[in-house]
Amino acid sequence: MYRIRFHGRGGQGMKTASRILGSAFFREGYEVQDAPRYGAERRGAPIFAYVRAAQRPIHERGGIAQPDLVVVADETLTPIPAAGVLAGVSARTVLLINSAESEDAWKARLNYAGRIVRLPGGGETRERAETATIGAICAGAAARLVGRISREALALAVDDEIAALGREAAEKSRERALAAFDALDFAEGCVMEGEAHDARGYAAPEWVELAAEAALAAAPDIRAVATSVEVRTGLWRTLRPVIDYDHCKGCSWVCSTLCPDSAIQVDAEGAPRIDYDHCKGCLVCVAVCPPHAIRALPEKDVQQAQEATA
Amino acid sequence: MTRVLLTGNGAAAWGARLARVDYVPAFPITPQTEIIETLARWYDTGEMRGRLTLLESEHSMITAAGAAAATGVRVFSATSSQGLLYGMEMIYTVAGWRVPFVLVNVSRGLASPITLESDHNDLLAARDSGFLAIVCATCQEVLDSVLLAYRLGEDPRVRLPVIVNLDGFTLSFTREPVEIPEAARAADFLPAFDPQGISFRASQPSSQAVAVLGGTPYSYFRYETHLAALNALPVYDEIAGAFEQCFGRAHPAVETYRADDADVVFFMMGAFATKAKAAVDGLREAGERVGLLRLRLLRPFPEARLRALLAGTRGVAVIDQNLSNGKGGVLHTELASALYGMRDAPLLASFVGGLGGRDIGAEEFYEMAAVTRRAAQGGVAPAPRLLYTATELREMRKLQAVAAVERLETGGGQ
Repeated sequence: MYRIRFHGRGGQGMKTASRILGSAFFREGYEVQDAPRYGAERRGAPIFAYVRAAQRPIHERGGIAQPDLVVVADETLTPIPAAGVLAGVSARTVLLINSAESEDAWKARLNYAGRIVRLPGGGETRERAETATIGAICAGAAARLVGRISREALALAVDDEIAALGREAAEKSRERALAAFDALDFAEGCVMEGEAHDARGYAAPEWVELAAEAALAAAPDIRAVATSVEVRTGLWRTLRPVIDYDHCKGCSWVCSTLCPDSAIQVDAEGAPRIDYDHCKGCLVCVAVCPPHAIRALPEKDVQQAQEATA
Repeated sequence: MTRVLLTGNGAAAWGARLARVDYVPAFPITPQTEIIETLARWYDTGEMRGRLTLLESEHSMITAAGAAAATGVRVFSATSSQGLLYGMEMIYTVAGWRVPFVLVNVSRGLASPITLESDHNDLLAARDSGFLAIVCATCQEVLDSVLLAYRLGEDPRVRLPVIVNLDGFTLSFTREPVEIPEAARAADFLPAFDPQGISFRASQPSSQAVAVLGGTPYSYFRYETHLAALNALPVYDEIAGAFEQCFGRAHPAVETYRADDADVVFFMMGAFATKAKAAVDGLREAGERVGLLRLRLLRPFPEARLRALLAGTRGVAVIDQNLSNGKGGVLHTELASALYGMRDAPLLASFVGGLGGRDIGAEEFYEMAAVTRRAAQGGVAPAPRLLYTATELREMRKLQAVAAVERLETGGGQ
């Protein structure tokens, strides 16, 4: 059975990537299971999706503990423990990463024993229009690494999953997925199917007895104020809303009220100020601003510009 | 028949579509919302005929479902977790009206604390309501069970609402290959609802489900509901047989997997039971005679069937993805009562696992089988076991340490 995990941020299309790969396997006659896993958060939050594919009915369920292939659409997820990018990897796990840096740099940085392959066109997520196809690129690349999926099945699978978004989106996604597929001919079939879990000589689970503890400790309480402020959800942002104060009319109740994260405060002069520590980049403010005075800029570009001036 | 990749939610919506439901009162909740979104789209495009109404709460939604069912139309609704609890007053109430409809529940652990992933305490809160309950383990089964549930609930010998249960995430958002029956075949299996006297009309006032005060009439009506639920056992077998003839898929009240010659079996319900199948395959490979009994019909509870299936079995690992606080796993209690007094009854070992979607690892299934086998040999049931590892406890201790530091810093909670 193939066990494949896609890691990205909400909005990057990891669910779509898993579905394209799932549909492609299905078209090749495989039994398939694909699913996204996320919590209550939205755009920018770390999410993963997974695909299982086998030549017989699949009984396994839930997250993948021992992946054959891990796809990372956003390299900034690797140091975030909660993202769990490297969970359960071994020397036989192939890591496909979207990055401008070399395979060797990543092998050293992650102390990674297995094979690392860079996503073709790595790092090309700068323009917003391109970000939408990163899922399709990941799926196309993964399909080639698995080596069991034809170019034709991949193209049809992209249509299966993207057609509802319109012809232009489908064509663009198909083109990018196939380009990634073609570019990875040198690594075709490098991902190997994992074995069934062996019931002989398994490592017994380290079960523990839970003891009854005082309610003060055992109730799910946090007796401190404003702890959510400590969580820098601004790190999830891929696009940054930037207010152009030359065009801002000061109708601050619009953006500040509609910001779902209360990350826009109004200062003493009545001007809106974005709290970039907590803005997740959902861009609701960009959409609702009456004088169109808020722009969306790629976060990476803004950070690079800031570093250059610093 | 078309075989496509569908989520559990998509399969539930397809079930409602093939059942040609007339009315869908709806209210969104994660992880169920995709079901009513799908139905809303089909009503909008004209692929389905009928009406979907968004209510202001699950309490109103269940009331609307029962009231509409009382007019003799085919009604479908869906909810999950806190939503089911919010509608709970009406869950018990409409079951007493003796009008059939199907409610899909997408299981999600109950607050507090809050979670989004699956366990079965939401469904079990409705266990004693009078609703029948079918618990699914695959997306295919979700679609099939919606069709089965209408035939079962609408049968004149039963006339009760039915919950079709699927697990959040592990089924609701998971795509698997699903065969979508042709509409004509589905209509052959499930003809239009013949309400036979169910005809509540605003224009023809009548009093339905009147208030009764006093134990005598109350006992009669409640026990009649119980007897109707018990009737549903043989009726279910009949309908499942007809379904198998029509579509070639068997959905018995208790699914058995490699259990014939097993001396140890897993007993559980829901989607994680397919993980148990994988574990059974692994254990068989290793030469162990282990099998699985999966409870599909929670209500009515197939007691006699379980006694028959467990005759000759030495040990049962009961895996409860639920917890009755102050007692333990609910299925363990239910199975123990079913086997009480049975000669050479198997030994039961109680495991609680998968709460709030917590995974159950393959090695945990292997270990549960080993523990149960040893207990059966020794003749003494082990203490109930929560599936919880040292690593998980370390993670908890870390979180608690953070909370304790905050408490000291703020001086709160002294």
